Amino acid sequence: MKPPPFEYRSAHDSAEAVTLLTEYGDDAKILAGGQSLVPLMNFRMARPSVLIDINQTQDMTHIHAEDGHLVVGAMTRQRVLERDQTAGSAVPLLPAALAHSGHTTNRNRGTFGGSLAHADPAAELPTVLVALGGELTVQGPSGKRTVPAEDFFLAPLVTSLEYNEILLSARLPRLPRGTGVRVEELARRHGDFAIVSVMAAVHLDSNGRADLVRIAAGGVDSTPIRLHEAEAQLSGTTLDDAGIDAAAVAAADSVQPTDDVHGSASYRLEMVRVLVARAIRSAITHQKEGHP
Amino acid sequence: MSDKHTITVTVNGHVYTDDCEARMTLADFLRRQCGLTGTHLGCEHGVCGACTVFLDDVAVRSCLTFAVQADGARIKTVEGLAEGDELNTLQKSFQENHGLQCGFCTPGMLMCATELLRENPNPTETEVREGISGVLCRCTGYDGIVRSVMAAADSRRDGVSESGSIS
Repeated sequence: MKPPPFEYRSAHDSAEAVTLLTEYGDDAKILAGGQSLVPLMNFRMARPSVLIDINQTQDMTHIHAEDGHLVVGAMTRQRVLERDQTAGSAVPLLPAALAHSGHTTNRNRGTFGGSLAHADPAAELPTVLVALGGELTVQGPSGKRTVPAEDFFLAPLVTSLEYNEILLSARLPRLPRGTGVRVEELARRHGDFAIVSVMAAVHLDSNGRADLVRIAAGGVDSTPIRLHEAEAQLSGTTLDDAGIDAAAVAAADSVQPTDDVHGSASYRLEMVRVLVARAIRSAITHQKEGHP
Repeated sequence: MSDKHTITVTVNGHVYTDDCEARMTLADFLRRQCGLTGTHLGCEHGVCGACTVFLDDVAVRSCLTFAVQADGARIKTVEGLAEGDELNTLQKSFQENHGLQCGFCTPGMLMCATELLRENPNPTETEVREGISGVLCRCTGYDGIVRSVMAAADSRRDGVSESGSIS
């Protein structure tokens, strides 16, 4: 279908976008890559009366490393991020996750910040942010604030952004050299939304004990969720088979999925258990293969 | 609410200036205002990929981009692939390898494959399947399409067609 009528405004920078959001209030939506918002409008499931286009801005398009972190501007195209060497070496989970995020043509246009602000609980980028404990920087009329990922995503398509705030960028901790990462995703077809996804990052110290374990699941709750209990069980261990299997059970015990047309709650629980074990084992293999 | 804009776009080297409502998609602008009906609209919500065009050299779904956003941009559609009356290597390859079938998805397949071969001139079959995965063929005959893209890469590598540049 065609989208309902709306008024179009183009912002030249993030400050102007905030001014326009404040002026139009709840009726306005930010238009970034449009890969989620425009389908919703074409289905008439979203009817914003004003769109504030931020595609002409320059100040939210950047990727850089600073103080042990990777900082990615919200308007960075997903395809650019996927292929960026600084991002790939600092946070190898990013390109691994983006490979599952829609198709090339979606990522050509779709933005890093757009996926985060859209907050689909099955989307890959929000799950990466939650897995690694990222932080989001948002700009409002009275200044900037920083929000931890686990406090940013509140419910499906709901974030802690106020109506007159815009997502500027997100910070992800740089993973230690040699960290193994893995994205395990169950979807009907490659590029579809995940029925269940599990992302893992594992680093072993020189004694073969895990000194970094990060695990999160997408598609199983109203937001992506960090699997803290499974992480705690595995941290400091040698990640033996029995330990991985027990942590996978703990992971499944810590989520409360619901039924939908794509899968029942019990199926999703079972898939969390299977995919957590698989992701940890594959991440260990990834580390041992000695990627940079 | 009527929100009219006048935009200018360069499509396949020709400059078009026309009015559009803010809600007009780039796909509809190309088809109606420019008369370029080679760009097809299947689903209008970013799933089928038939409407794929190049926006400033990047393949995007023109049903998910508003025309007003393309003001000042350079666009290439399926009509811009041929060199005059001569089909390019990829187009010829589709013709020779039964890559068209009903033809509805063909513009999307050609634009996606053009970008794929530009970035990866020697793709494996898996990479071709991945590269065209964002375009749906309802004839369900992907084999001919994959064969066409592989053959285009082969003939370009072999220098069979001097004139047939991919993009």
